[in-house]
Amino acid sequence: MSAVATHTGPSAALRFARGINVGLAVFLVLYGTITVLQPSYFEVEGFLNLLRRAAPLIILACGQLFVIAGGGFDLSMGSLVTLTVLGGSMLAGGNPDNTWWTIGVLYLIGLGVGLVNGLVVTLLKVPSIIATLGMLLSLNGAALMWSGGAPRGYLPENFRALGRLVYRDVPLTGIMPLSVLILIGFVGIAAWLLHATVFGRQVLAVGDNPRAAELSGVPVGATRVLVFVISALSAVTAGILLGGFAGVSTAVGQGLELQAIAACVIGGAQLLGGRASVTGAVAGGLSLFALFTLLNLMGLPQPLRETVQGLILIAAVASSAWRMRRA
Amino acid sequence: MSAGADIVATRPARNVPVAPLLFAGSLALYVATALATGQHAYLTGEGFVGLTQRMVGLGIVALGQTLTILVGSIDLSVANLISVSAVLASFIMKGEPAMIAPAVLAVLALSAAVGLVNGLIIARLDVNPLIATLGVGLILQGLLSASFSNFAGSVPAAFQAFAYGRIGPLPWSVLLLFVLAFAIWLLLSRTRFGAHLYATGGNRDGARLAGIRTERVMIGAHILCSLMAGLTGLYLASRLRAGAPWVGRDGVYDLESIAVVVIGGTLLAGGRGGVWGTLAGVFLFATLDAVFNMTGIDAFPKQVLRGAIVILAVAVYAVRSRGHVA
Amino acid sequence: MKTQIGLAALLAALSTGAIAQNFNDPAEFERQKALLTVAPQGPDGKPWEQNLGGEKVDTAKYKKPGPYKLCFSNAGVNNPWRVVGFTNMQAEVDANKADIASFTHADAEGKDDKQISDINAFVNSGQCDALIVSPNTTAALTPAVEAAAKKLPVVVFDRGVDSKAPVTFINPIGGYGFGIQGASFIAEKIPAGGAVLALRILPGVDVLENRWAAAERIFKEKSIKVVGAEFTNGDNAKTKAIVEDYLNRFGKIDGVWMDAGATAVAALEAFEDAGKPYPVINGEDQQDFLQKWKKNKLTAIAPTYPTYQWRTPVIAALRILKGEPVTGPTWKLPQPAITAETLDKFVNDKMPPLHYALCGCEQMANYPARWGGK
Repeated sequence: MSAVATHTGPSAALRFARGINVGLAVFLVLYGTITVLQPSYFEVEGFLNLLRRAAPLIILACGQLFVIAGGGFDLSMGSLVTLTVLGGSMLAGGNPDNTWWTIGVLYLIGLGVGLVNGLVVTLLKVPSIIATLGMLLSLNGAALMWSGGAPRGYLPENFRALGRLVYRDVPLTGIMPLSVLILIGFVGIAAWLLHATVFGRQVLAVGDNPRAAELSGVPVGATRVLVFVISALSAVTAGILLGGFAGVSTAVGQGLELQAIAACVIGGAQLLGGRASVTGAVAGGLSLFALFTLLNLMGLPQPLRETVQGLILIAAVASSAWRMRRA
Repeated sequence: MSAGADIVATRPARNVPVAPLLFAGSLALYVATALATGQHAYLTGEGFVGLTQRMVGLGIVALGQTLTILVGSIDLSVANLISVSAVLASFIMKGEPAMIAPAVLAVLALSAAVGLVNGLIIARLDVNPLIATLGVGLILQGLLSASFSNFAGSVPAAFQAFAYGRIGPLPWSVLLLFVLAFAIWLLLSRTRFGAHLYATGGNRDGARLAGIRTERVMIGAHILCSLMAGLTGLYLASRLRAGAPWVGRDGVYDLESIAVVVIGGTLLAGGRGGVWGTLAGVFLFATLDAVFNMTGIDAFPKQVLRGAIVILAVAVYAVRSRGHVA
Repeated sequence: MKTQIGLAALLAALSTGAIAQNFNDPAEFERQKALLTVAPQGPDGKPWEQNLGGEKVDTAKYKKPGPYKLCFSNAGVNNPWRVVGFTNMQAEVDANKADIASFTHADAEGKDDKQISDINAFVNSGQCDALIVSPNTTAALTPAVEAAAKKLPVVVFDRGVDSKAPVTFINPIGGYGFGIQGASFIAEKIPAGGAVLALRILPGVDVLENRWAAAERIFKEKSIKVVGAEFTNGDNAKTKAIVEDYLNRFGKIDGVWMDAGATAVAALEAFEDAGKPYPVINGEDQQDFLQKWKKNKLTAIAPTYPTYQWRTPVIAALRILKGEPVTGPTWKLPQPAITAETLDKFVNDKMPPLHYALCGCEQMANYPARWGGK
């Protein structure tokens, strides 16, 4: 946004509308089609169920958004999710008494991973694509080394509840999955951080033009490190929800990093920084997940689903690039 | 927007001879490991031929990737295009020597078309190259997997000579890799297209103002990159005797080709670098494979090490650069 | 734009011309169906040394004095099945310390191209008396294995190669057998007119395609309604989401057929979360499924592709180098399914969730710690 803000641009309201437009529009169209195919999604309960399953992807997208806004990429998110799930089962060993300190340790690991990513990028000057690609390989190897290549234990029931528990007989909505509450809280914090704090403005400034940001007094290095920490902590959160929803497996995080980037982009974020909105990332995550669900419901052959994903990805970005030029 | 000016607002310290250092370091590691583990067969002529053979698949596609990165773009669709090419080649050949030429032509034509599409989406529709090529890759893979689920057709014995044949002690395919590297070096250093490519990668707007038709340069680089991916697909079809829809993806040629290009000293932002560094990066990866085999290290610590080496190999010279990197 | 259309047309033309792939071979189906009823020969209680018929191969020409240097080219350890299997193999090597001077392995990380180079390097190294190969894919590895077999005795297991060059090829009955066992059980147990959901991992993997081809055939023969066949990528979350959607759509699913058991528990959890009764299901010999089966008294069966087959190649290689005859050129191992009657024998709460019960490793040194058990 700072990219636009520094020049004379359209009004704030218009900018806001443009930020969420593509992702939200895509989502509404997809969701509308889903409800036609399966009317149960038309009820609040159906929507909440979709939200519950989409929660990890949306959280990942919000974390990735900070890195993208700052001009970088985080490819290590998926393997951090794997490490979280495998590590959680190793540490907790199925014992409910271990859950809370296990979660604490997992967040500490996330903090460490984020710091290393950030420091490699800022101090060693390794481009983030390469730095986090190396981290992807190392973390995946580390997770498998730790567990011996296969899951070594179960996640306790109270750990699983975070991603699995659904409150029944809730007034107004009928049901309320715990993970949706976590999602709402997480998105709220992310939106506040990016759009309502000095830090958020600094992230966008750094992503837009690091040299200019530095000249205007932004601590560029610290800001860069922090965005990687945020992204790593969101990967741990997503890992906890995924492990809770579906249990332990070694493939749980595979490919999630690209889905998170795609979600941000569909939501209108500009790669290499400068323009990003949390609303857009949420809409992008929802669109992507709705797309997966829709393709499932349509019973399209598996491979063609990839083709459709590819087309939608290009179309979404091309259309937003086109509107940017006309603006 | 090209990846150009924004990914890295800096240039590496000058005068770091990345290619020779990387090459010498890898070679020293290889020799030392062979001596330390007492596996002297790795130091014979045949041992070194085996080592260079490990370079071919990744090497050819990495040469192409060098061009897209130099021009300030990137290509994530190469792995999928490799699969498409390998399958298309063996499907058209169906074991018939007479069909070799049509199959090769079809693969190269298709590859050029994919490169053109990539280039057009990036240059004309202004889509970020990562997303554009990721999308095209998904489309290719989807269409391919919808049509084929296993090895399709086969290549005739005459075509297997491409991967298995030798002139004297030297395999054809290794020779081809070095000839291609030399040709691309000539293209980059001796032609106007090469100069324009560096200029576009270094500063796209500046190049445009200087009268360079940057769109064409961008599209040209993508076509060449896709052609290299197509050649890799042909090589794999020859080496595996048939193409299967997973050969490119299983080989992780997309991310590995980007990694070796950057390890070889080419700026991810474009504008600086070249083929010899890339070849040295490929040599490092081949060396690591051989060294890990000699030491018999387990699969999982191996992954950890490889990740750390990728980061460190880039950090070694990047750390001396000034300015900010994203 | 024109090129895009041209590209699509070219690929579309290819897809219509694509040859029918050989994953559904009626003769092989019948052969494996017959093998399921063959009584194994060989030492009792050691299925990894047993065989289901087959010739003996004379190996006198490979005889040499020990101890031996064994080399192993592994396709990869990229899933829990292969992790358990490779642990079995290493334990078997340790159990034969007296005969084995060295055991070197190269991991191809699931890449055909790398495995070819790995095999060539082994042959060239002069450090191998015998070579064990677990090919990443059948067709691609055939030339490398053939070339190796000219220099030294080769034992192939799990996936085969298109060649008679290896001394022996070891594997259990195969994918059709797995599919037959699971589908026949489900067909028999579900109520008349019941609906079956098939969950598959990935398309294009030979052994998984064979399992599905056999199951599809059985379901067709018994006129069972298959409401859907979905790919899960082996991902628990995706599995659960798919099953939830099907439960929403059809209200009731009576049977779940799976081509691999790793996500069976996730599928069952979807029924729990939706408050529906458990389906008739086939899993595999993973402990998490067996434990859930026992705890919730499921109507279930667990066909297997036993990991004890990873012990056999080491045994075979040593016999070959000692000049003793081995079963070959194909050595078929028994492939039992776990049923309600035999469940108690295999379920073990001390083992990790994705430990494969048919490891044949219970009597080996360092069991259960080496396999991650408590």
